[in-house]
Amino acid sequence: MDAIALPEPREDIIARREEIVRKLKTLVAPDCVIDDETGRRAYETDALTAYKRLPLAVVLPSNTQEVSRVLAYCNENAIKVVARGAGTSLCGGALPQEDAIVLGVSKLNRVLHIDYQNRTARVEAGITNIAISNAVASAGFFYAPDPSSQIACTLAGNIAMNSGGAHCLKYGVTTNNVLGIKMVLMTGEVIEFGGEALDAPTYDLLALIVGSEGQFGIVTEATVRILPAAEAARPMLLGFETSKAAGACVAAIIGAGVIPVAIEFMDRPAIEVCDDFSKAGYPRDVEALLIVEVEGSESEIENLLTRIQQIASFFEPKVIRVSQSAEESAAIWKGRKAAFGAMGHISDYYCMDGVIPLRKLADVLVEISRICTEHSLPVANIFHAGDGNLHPLILYNANDAEEASRAEACGAEILKHCVKVGGCLTGEHGVGIEKRDLMGLQFTKIDLEQQMRIKSVFDPNWLLNPAKVFPLDGREMP
Amino acid sequence: MSDIVHPGGEYELHQFIAQAAAAGTTLEIGGRGSKRDIGRPVQAETVVSTASMSGITLYEPNELVISARAGTLVHMVEATLARNKQQLAFEPIDLGPVMGEPEGQGSIGAVFASNLSGSRRILAGSARDHFLGVRAINGKGELFKSGGRVLKNVTGYDLTRGITGSWGTLAVMSEVTMKVLPAAEAVATLVFEGLTDDVAIEAMCEAMATPFEVSGTLHLQGELVPAMEMDALGKRGQAVTAVRLETYADSIDERVRKLSRAIAEFGEPKILNDIEARLFWTNARKLQFLQGTAGSLWRISVAPRNGARLVAAITRRLKCRTAYDWSGGLVWLIVDSGRDAGATEVRRCVGEIGGHAMLIRAEPAIRSAVDVFQTLDSGTARLAAGIKSAFDPEGILNPGRMYASL
Ligand SMILES: Cc1cc2nc3c(=O)[nH]c(=O)nc-3n(C[C@H](O)[C@H](O)[C@H](O)COP(=O)(O)OP(=O)(O)OC[C@H]3O[C@@H](n4cnc5c(N)ncnc54)[C@H](O)[C@@H]3O)c2cc1C
Repeated sequence: MDAIALPEPREDIIARREEIVRKLKTLVAPDCVIDDETGRRAYETDALTAYKRLPLAVVLPSNTQEVSRVLAYCNENAIKVVARGAGTSLCGGALPQEDAIVLGVSKLNRVLHIDYQNRTARVEAGITNIAISNAVASAGFFYAPDPSSQIACTLAGNIAMNSGGAHCLKYGVTTNNVLGIKMVLMTGEVIEFGGEALDAPTYDLLALIVGSEGQFGIVTEATVRILPAAEAARPMLLGFETSKAAGACVAAIIGAGVIPVAIEFMDRPAIEVCDDFSKAGYPRDVEALLIVEVEGSESEIENLLTRIQQIASFFEPKVIRVSQSAEESAAIWKGRKAAFGAMGHISDYYCMDGVIPLRKLADVLVEISRICTEHSLPVANIFHAGDGNLHPLILYNANDAEEASRAEACGAEILKHCVKVGGCLTGEHGVGIEKRDLMGLQFTKIDLEQQMRIKSVFDPNWLLNPAKVFPLDGREMP
Repeated sequence: MSDIVHPGGEYELHQFIAQAAAAGTTLEIGGRGSKRDIGRPVQAETVVSTASMSGITLYEPNELVISARAGTLVHMVEATLARNKQQLAFEPIDLGPVMGEPEGQGSIGAVFASNLSGSRRILAGSARDHFLGVRAINGKGELFKSGGRVLKNVTGYDLTRGITGSWGTLAVMSEVTMKVLPAAEAVATLVFEGLTDDVAIEAMCEAMATPFEVSGTLHLQGELVPAMEMDALGKRGQAVTAVRLETYADSIDERVRKLSRAIAEFGEPKILNDIEARLFWTNARKLQFLQGTAGSLWRISVAPRNGARLVAAITRRLKCRTAYDWSGGLVWLIVDSGRDAGATEVRRCVGEIGGHAMLIRAEPAIRSAVDVFQTLDSGTARLAAGIKSAFDPEGILNPGRMYASL
């Protein structure tokens, strides 16, 4: 993969590397600056591994004051800064540049305060997503957004990308679950927005910051909503002969006024790979599989699953299987949550994240299949069906440069089609470098300029994660 | 009023604002004018209203999405949804009656411009959380869009939610797209009587911490109860604490039983049945409990835990009546005394205890003289000014509506 151009690094900055490293070591504890090449290599890419750039240095501050000192210094010296959580971004959001430092927040991982009465938790932003839920689990609470990468990814990354997950159909995505943040601006100024009160006092700056892909400031702390866990939850599997039937079934469930906590979709290639990997016991003789999960008391779960089965019966499912035990439920979810990892075991893959209106589902799957055939690449589809968020995984060989660029072209075609049918380029993974040059498909020049003017309010010199989100041409930057 | 300009559609609106931008004409922006007396009085050369831009432009019940032109009446949107047993889950409040206007006059654009959500906000999120996409014209006279018509979308910055609650000072919305949800099949409400403010808040927070998906918690001080005009609320003069459950028909009884047991320490609640409960929350949505009150009206957002403490601090100096929504996180405060609508005292207490306050109803002279919206710290104020100028560099849209300088 090489289609995405990265800006030429500034040689004058690179030439000052030693001096910069020396200075950084005075701003944070010296062992929190990584400057040897092997150490820096660990940060040269994220989960979009086809793109790699060795950063000038890596800084891992231990508190907000250190972040502030580092940013103020970089601002004065025109040094670019790429924020990093766990580096699981699938769109190259955390990809460094040769003339930039990486500022990692992994050391900022403490739970600061849990308030069950207000149903909020104050945490440092480098905490992993799962650690928030773990911290409140004993009291019967959880943090709702659940990206499949939740064991590794950080809240900071989730905030930057406005990440979602399987259970967001009911509980919303990151932006709906973050109440306040502490953020350091490029000048070093520390600002706080929101907190325990539910609404914003002025313009909703929080709404702008969530999803700003590390381009506004470095988030160091956040207050998140925690929710009481349901009494119980149970998934069921619905297998269909066609994707069309599965898609129609999803629409009918929602249309009937039932909102399950999750409705996940897999096509046959995805079912096989996930089942082989996790031994989830998925049916192997269907073209499309839905995992539908409902919550409530035992009797409520019974009632809802009965309703869903009745609705599904109109679409002639080949398989209806309700999980009978906690172990079986765990296995069903393990298969789904490990999907990308499982795919990674058999092939390199390029993961798309387009969103489509649900009623176009069957047509879009046909089109995806046509596009991939045309590019001579296999594809497996896994996605959040309730909200139309597709994850076609295009399988390719990363060591074959020609095949890699074919995969990239194939992905772009798929995303173009998503936009064409009324959807969007990315539902939860973000734009990063990956979809940067496709932004013109979805937005006009005026739309993009309006967004870029907001970027300039927070970071007038465009030093934070500058190569991302907007096409390199036509930028309103210094 | 004859001097209000009513563009018939997006094209006309765009042309009109582009001309105003070119000429530097300041504009007061309104939907149907139902919230015109809220905020600081705007001094603008021309008034432009989206009231003639009405109609549903897209509705896909199975995809949980609806789009409407900005001037569409909220109740028209809701009536359309009701035909498919769906609703706006954030339950937009109707401020008309407390502002001395008829009810049901609000436009859907204004709902997002003001982000004033109702009681269900505590479970389902605010208007902002359900706002998926917008087409709008900025102060440069440019038509832009953000978001879209799908439920998940992180393509580019979230300008849609970013302009929510900006009271027409950043852009004039021409069309809005929002997420909708099924309406609950069954409703019931637990009512506790005679709880003090702080005990009521404890009860409401405890209810919210159960797994029964409580979808509304409202505490009315005794003096505000009669205005609800509900026989089911019993003896006059007693405070009322209401806790709402909404779910499937076959679950409601079980949830009422379980919730009553879970918060039994607060007494045995009276149970409002489906009809009574619906009436109670319909009345709550139009702030019926504030009917007939004359004083200045504040809306204060605060951490639920601090709600009662904040009100106690304010009432040490001012004569007030109070209702608490959102488990104590939203305080409706009527100030019956004081020269500046109680602004000095309210702001001082909010400054000490936390949260933020907005003056909803007061004489225009007072609204010009005191800060209607929360006073901002310098960092936030600078960023807010930057955002304003990124959308409306010449300051032609609703000048002074939120802050004298914005
Ligand atoms: C196997 C796998 C499964 C995944 N499943 C999902 C899924 O289900 N749903 C989903 O939404 N995503 C998913 N992702 C994508 C990814 O996990 C998310 O985007 C996640 O939020 C990234 O978090 P991170 O900590 O790894 O951030 P990074 O990858 O390190 O960074 C992501 C972005 O955040 C910025 N950033 C990091 N820290 C800060 C900070 N402190 N302040 C400001 N900006 C910052 C970075 O600059 C970058 O732009 C998956 C990824 C993988 C590899």
